[in-house]
Amino acid sequence: MRTFGFPEFLFILEAARWTIGLSLMAFVGGALGGLLVALARTSENGLARAVSTAFVQVFQGTPLLLQLFLIFFGAPVLGWDVNPWVAAGIALILNTSAFLGEIWRGCIQAIPRGQWEAAEALGLRYAARMRDVILPQAFKIALPPTVGYLVQVIKGTSLAAIIGFTEVTRAGQIINNATFQPLVVFSVVALIYFALCWPLSLLAGRMERRRAAALAR
Amino acid sequence: MNYDFQFDAVFAAWPLLLRGTWITIQLSLTATVLGLGVAIACAWAKTSGPAPLRWGVNAYIELIRNTPFLVQLFFFFFALPALGLRWSAHAAALVAMVVNLGAYATEIIRAGIESIPRGQIEAGLALNLKRHQVFRFIVLKPALKAIYPALTSQFILLMLSSAVVSAISADDLTSVAANLQSQTFRSFEIYIVVAGIYLALALAFSGLFRLVYRLALNYPDRR
Repeated sequence: MRTFGFPEFLFILEAARWTIGLSLMAFVGGALGGLLVALARTSENGLARAVSTAFVQVFQGTPLLLQLFLIFFGAPVLGWDVNPWVAAGIALILNTSAFLGEIWRGCIQAIPRGQWEAAEALGLRYAARMRDVILPQAFKIALPPTVGYLVQVIKGTSLAAIIGFTEVTRAGQIINNATFQPLVVFSVVALIYFALCWPLSLLAGRMERRRAAALAR
Repeated sequence: MNYDFQFDAVFAAWPLLLRGTWITIQLSLTATVLGLGVAIACAWAKTSGPAPLRWGVNAYIELIRNTPFLVQLFFFFFALPALGLRWSAHAAALVAMVVNLGAYATEIIRAGIESIPRGQIEAGLALNLKRHQVFRFIVLKPALKAIYPALTSQFILLMLSSAVVSAISADDLTSVAANLQSQTFRSFEIYIVVAGIYLALALAFSGLFRLVYRLALNYPDRR
């Protein structure tokens, strides 16, 4: 039987690039989707509002794990072969879109109505109003919670382990099965996630406090 | 898309699905009650405990909030038995959920306590109310109102993330789905139905929480 040594540690650490890759993919895709969701949720078009509301309810009201299962097991059934990488990527992007969309909707709605009306009075069209007046202001409010949400995205990628995608958690399981030293193995796994997430949490907290201080002045 | 959906096998297993649903609800409620106990103790330690205790609680909160629930679950399920403590998947799942919720709820409760303006507490004391009366009549209800939305949505998040405990084959709803899947091979149908059950649970609980808010906490803030 193998014991937990440096090569085992390295195996888990190297899997971190898949965790990071998956996180980046989910975040970039989820940011694009989230912007769409936020714009649809705040639009004056009833249909866009209804569709985006349903999307958010489904993805916030069901477990991420089941969304992953549905895509991983469902896509082949529909005649579309997906590997765990693609399935995990799609599930995480859709899930992140729903959550970031809701966070950003709140930020857009936090901009005083008067700003919108003023832009309208200046004769700006919808796209210009959004792009030049509302979104730049909403962006400043949105930054701290968005950085904070990145932590949730990174933690969410661990679920890809369950469909057999070898990121940090799955690498830990593999090493654990070979060494039977779960205490060491899962402590190392937890510490790798902690090293990825904690700086982001601290940054989000600091940005939040700076913003609160700026508002209090 | 020419897929022939067959839901018969899924619906034929409704007693199993019902049992799994019940276990998911039961796990989430039990974990929430116990986790709130942990959180209240930690919130006290963080706001008025001695320094070493405060550091300990801070380390606990940061560690739990910055690692995935799945890893916490594996830690409790695999690592503790290696130390000689043998227990079931169900017990490990419950403990992981309690520990996880405890960390999130501590911060929520602390924020609730800190949301009460100091002046109101001082005013109560100046009116010769006892400390416990100040807590009961001045602090408790507005604090409860302030944290209620965050706490209830935390409950729903916990219930949804409890699907993860199926990874150690605890007997929750998702575990039932995984078992059914391996028996009937109707994976797509099963996961659609089970996702639907979770969605119904999430909507039902958030409706219930809103109703409770309207009935019990919907009074104007006195600020």
